[in-house]
Amino acid sequence: MNIAIAIDQIPQEPLPSASEAGPAPKRIVVAYGFWIFLLSDIIMFAALFASYAVLVRSTAGGPTGAQLFNQATVAIETACLLFSSYTCGLMSLAVNSRRYFRTYLGALITFVLGAIFLGLEIREFVGMIAIGAAPQRSAFLSAFFTLVGCHGLHVTLGLIWLTVMMVQVAVFGFAARVQHRLLCFSLFWHALDIVWVGVLTVVYLMGVSS
Amino acid sequence: MTETRHERAPGDRPSREIDASAPSEFLVYSIGLFVAALLTATSFWTANTTLLWSGGVVLGLAVLAIAQMGIHLVFFLHISSGPESTNNVLALAFGALIAFVVIAGTMWIVADMNANMMMPPGAPMGMRMQH
Repeated sequence: MNIAIAIDQIPQEPLPSASEAGPAPKRIVVAYGFWIFLLSDIIMFAALFASYAVLVRSTAGGPTGAQLFNQATVAIETACLLFSSYTCGLMSLAVNSRRYFRTYLGALITFVLGAIFLGLEIREFVGMIAIGAAPQRSAFLSAFFTLVGCHGLHVTLGLIWLTVMMVQVAVFGFAARVQHRLLCFSLFWHALDIVWVGVLTVVYLMGVSS
Repeated sequence: MTETRHERAPGDRPSREIDASAPSEFLVYSIGLFVAALLTATSFWTANTTLLWSGGVVLGLAVLAIAQMGIHLVFFLHISSGPESTNNVLALAFGALIAFVVIAGTMWIVADMNANMMMPPGAPMGMRMQH
């Protein structure tokens, strides 16, 4: 009769720590490894930000940021990237609950918004080069094209990656490895948006306000 | 229950079985979008307004940007202070430290070198070479 009480009184064993629980599931290992890669990518962007901040006054008599930047374009670009980050998050929810239609819809909106961002950025670059503000004009413009162009290159790679992932979803379904890759993609896309917040503030807003 | 033993993957939310009081994921993303949009709009207003002291605009923009990066990390990347996310936060802290050292260190060193290259007007060119 007292056995039940005795069992109740046995102290609950605490959960073993992470090191005692054996290897972590692959999803965690994959995402953590990609997290490390993203942080190293952000350190690379930090170097580009540093060179931009050093060279921003070195216009060599050429056009300055305040003369070149169009805030309306930048506002649309920012809105596109922020909203695509949101739809990317909704897509990863659909992936976790294994819903095909919502996944495709989220991926499509994310892709279209990313493509609009990229189109606006390329139009801005082409317009700047057309009026003689090419990368070789001044150190400021070299640093500008390197920093913003590197971010644009990341967005381009992200769009290609997203297309490949949708093909993989169509072919393999929600296999575990496809889900791991989609988790990495959403981390990548959110990290790009964080970098863009820095670009927007340091390059465009500080460029026109000072 | 086995999930609590491991760290959480970055970008993953705690599952609803473990923490039933956690808000729905859709709500988390929506709050993040709303706050981020608000901060972005404030940044654009700060850069263009004449109401603020112009010397403080740059500092204000930097604060708004850092706040928005924090919003993105918490609401979109689901970085939390919980014990299951320690590894992610430690890696992030290390990355942020390196990024800070690279940016602040570069600007400091180059500004210092620029200041040292400035010659006082009328000084002989070889003055700094003499010991």
